[in-house]
Amino acid sequence: MDHPPTLTSDLIGRESEVVLFEVERGAIRKFADAVQDQTPECLRGDVAPPTFPTTFRMTIPGLTFDLARVLHGAQEYRYERPLRAGDRVRCRVRVADVYRRKGRLGEMIFLILAMEGTDESGSPVFTGTTTAILR
Amino acid sequence: MTGPVLAAQPDRDLVSGSLLPDLRKPPITKLQLVKYAGASGDYNLIHTDDETARAVGLEGVIAHGMLSMAFLGEYLCWLSGPESIRRVSVRFVEMVRPGDTLTCRGRVKERTAAGGGTRLKLEVWTENQRAERVTVGDAEVHVR
Repeated sequence: MDHPPTLTSDLIGRESEVVLFEVERGAIRKFADAVQDQTPECLRGDVAPPTFPTTFRMTIPGLTFDLARVLHGAQEYRYERPLRAGDRVRCRVRVADVYRRKGRLGEMIFLILAMEGTDESGSPVFTGTTTAILR
Repeated sequence: MTGPVLAAQPDRDLVSGSLLPDLRKPPITKLQLVKYAGASGDYNLIHTDDETARAVGLEGVIAHGMLSMAFLGEYLCWLSGPESIRRVSVRFVEMVRPGDTLTCRGRVKERTAAGGGTRLKLEVWTENQRAERVTVGDAEVHVR
């Protein structure tokens, strides 16, 4: 825990496997319940809330860090359409960038992850960009 | 008020600079953070275990940033319906703790005609009970 994170720019371009995720009605309802999201389509489990792609968790070989030292700096999602119950989405996440920057708390490492999800015919459904800050 | 609320707004109320209605969320509880951890798959213990949080210099558990982004996702659904959302982008600028009450707010940045409907660029943010902005961002929705 005392060691600084050792993420370096040679990780840029590394990516996860393509993982198939099924959007389950029960998972949508559980997510909406946790958020206390009152959107009727989400409460019924028909349509996933906009941030539901956060549930699609993948690992990138060689990318490890101490979770307790990570701050989530920023997040973006772009959508072609909402995710619906029964969708099967193929997802992949890739290291888009790694850089160091001096901040209020000393030097920090910024890790940019780019995620994309396509439907079974290969059409894009959403993309996500995560900015994680390691202190 | 049930959504989508923008459908009920006259066009004159949806011009650049127009302030949108607020969505006030119930206070965040530790139970909610445990439920969100399970529902989202984010098991980082700084959100659910005070001991872990204190070990990294926090006073206690903090809410998942993604929970406040999820509130903004609900806000956009409430404003214009889940089918309308094209983009949402946020920065997490302040920590949120159990007991905090977040309110989602927004403002129209730009309105353009697009594809037989209207594309709205919105500034959106959540603020806490001290009127501090904790999550700030912008979004695009496509409405009829």
